[in-house]
Amino acid sequence: MTEARDRMRRLVRGGLALVAVAAIYEAVARSGLFPTVLLPTLPVVAHTLWASCADGTMPLHAFYTLKRVLIGCGLAIVVGLPLGILMGRYRPIENFVLPLASALMPIPSLAWVPVFILWFGLGDQVAILIVFYAALFPMLLNAWSGVRSVNPLWLRAASAMGADGNALFWKVMVPAASPFIITGLRQAFLRSWIAVVGAEMLAASDWGLGWVIFDAKEFLNADVMLASLAVIGAIGFAFERLVFGSVERATVLRWGMVQATKG
Amino acid sequence: MSHIEIRDVSLVYDTPSGRVPAVDSVSFSIKPSEFLCIVGPSGCGKSTLLNMIAGFIPPTGGDIRIGGQAVTGHGVDRGIVFQDFAQLFPWRTALGNVAFGLEMKGMAKEEREAVALRQLALVKLEKFARSYPHHLSGGMQQRVAIARALAYNPAVLLMDEPFAALDALTRDEMQRLLADVWRETRKTVVYVTHNVAEAVYLADRVVVMTPHPGRLKSEISIGLARPRDPLSVEFLDHQKELLRQLGER
Repeated sequence: MTEARDRMRRLVRGGLALVAVAAIYEAVARSGLFPTVLLPTLPVVAHTLWASCADGTMPLHAFYTLKRVLIGCGLAIVVGLPLGILMGRYRPIENFVLPLASALMPIPSLAWVPVFILWFGLGDQVAILIVFYAALFPMLLNAWSGVRSVNPLWLRAASAMGADGNALFWKVMVPAASPFIITGLRQAFLRSWIAVVGAEMLAASDWGLGWVIFDAKEFLNADVMLASLAVIGAIGFAFERLVFGSVERATVLRWGMVQATKG
Repeated sequence: MSHIEIRDVSLVYDTPSGRVPAVDSVSFSIKPSEFLCIVGPSGCGKSTLLNMIAGFIPPTGGDIRIGGQAVTGHGVDRGIVFQDFAQLFPWRTALGNVAFGLEMKGMAKEEREAVALRQLALVKLEKFARSYPHHLSGGMQQRVAIARALAYNPAVLLMDEPFAALDALTRDEMQRLLADVWRETRKTVVYVTHNVAEAVYLADRVVVMTPHPGRLKSEISIGLARPRDPLSVEFLDHQKELLRQLGER
């Protein structure tokens, strides 16, 4: 019944799912149906992960990847959030931006990698731009929807109390649109994370989790690939739970603007 | 001397099927500190009229003056309470909601919180100052909305069926509370309702409107002493009279 026990129960259930999948994998890996080079057992993967963390290479790869994500996604938020809100507010901006967004959005971000390599060469710039491209649209469209879904009664009440311009924007529109804005941040980060690994495979040199996976292929190092995948998953999971989960609990959940899912 | 002057006010909607008159040359006036109820069935334009007084909708004919000034838009001389509980800002506590108008005036944080707390005490909610709206009942949320509309000290309080979505027991309690608040603050109140007993309980004077198009039918003064007893013969007589007015077209 208590909150702590509920939390514990959720944790155990989540853990059970993970353990079940791991057990199935381990059984298949040990069955001898596939060569162990291609399907290394979990202890081998764990050992590789531990070793690469201990010698500092894995954290450094993760650092490079994270840096690209944070810069690209940060830029996308800085551009997408205000632009999306302005789109919802001003018809001419909507008329200008929406067709552009509709045309660019369906293009997979990875399709731009070769073009960007031609323009900017290999390295950080390409990965950051790809991340920016991938994160921009979810942020933009969610901010736009958020502003359009603001209860008109709040705007009426606020303007009756003398709010206008800046105050109306910062003290009413932004908090009122916050459930959408938080969803936008979440999706932007998720897309960034997906895009960065692909971009690194194609455009990075020497550093980054995506590059490690691609490079390991050359040497048939399946354990390195799986260890890197585990790191990618773990970092994404940590951000989702710790960063976005906390932001949500501190704002829209606390305000009752969205409901927590029950048992 | 009148505080609010409504002269030949009309509103015509342009719809694809033609021009629809919603309010048709309505005139009446409201004295300072008077509690006026506008009563009528749905579609009589009573809420539309209130929105015009609030300055949200410009009339297509006639004019509205408050304290001699023509109404050209919304202004902080009027406080507004809507029917919908969702009018409160969910991201602000009860105190934060009540302090909003003072914040817009540029009042310092400590001062506005002190004023807001006094307003919450007026509606007997000082204990819930730090609660968010979704933790409050419908009646409590409406009380916060009343405190919020009064906090920045407007001369006029406009109320659009504020208790219509509440259960009967809570509604009675809220009406008593509002009568007390009005006695203490002496605001000029324009109160829209379709509930006849509510109008007789609260109002100094009742304006009856009829629908299609919205016209003023009659004005009735309620001379009963306060606090009023809803079961007294005089109260029921007024109620019958109002119902009769509403019944005949």
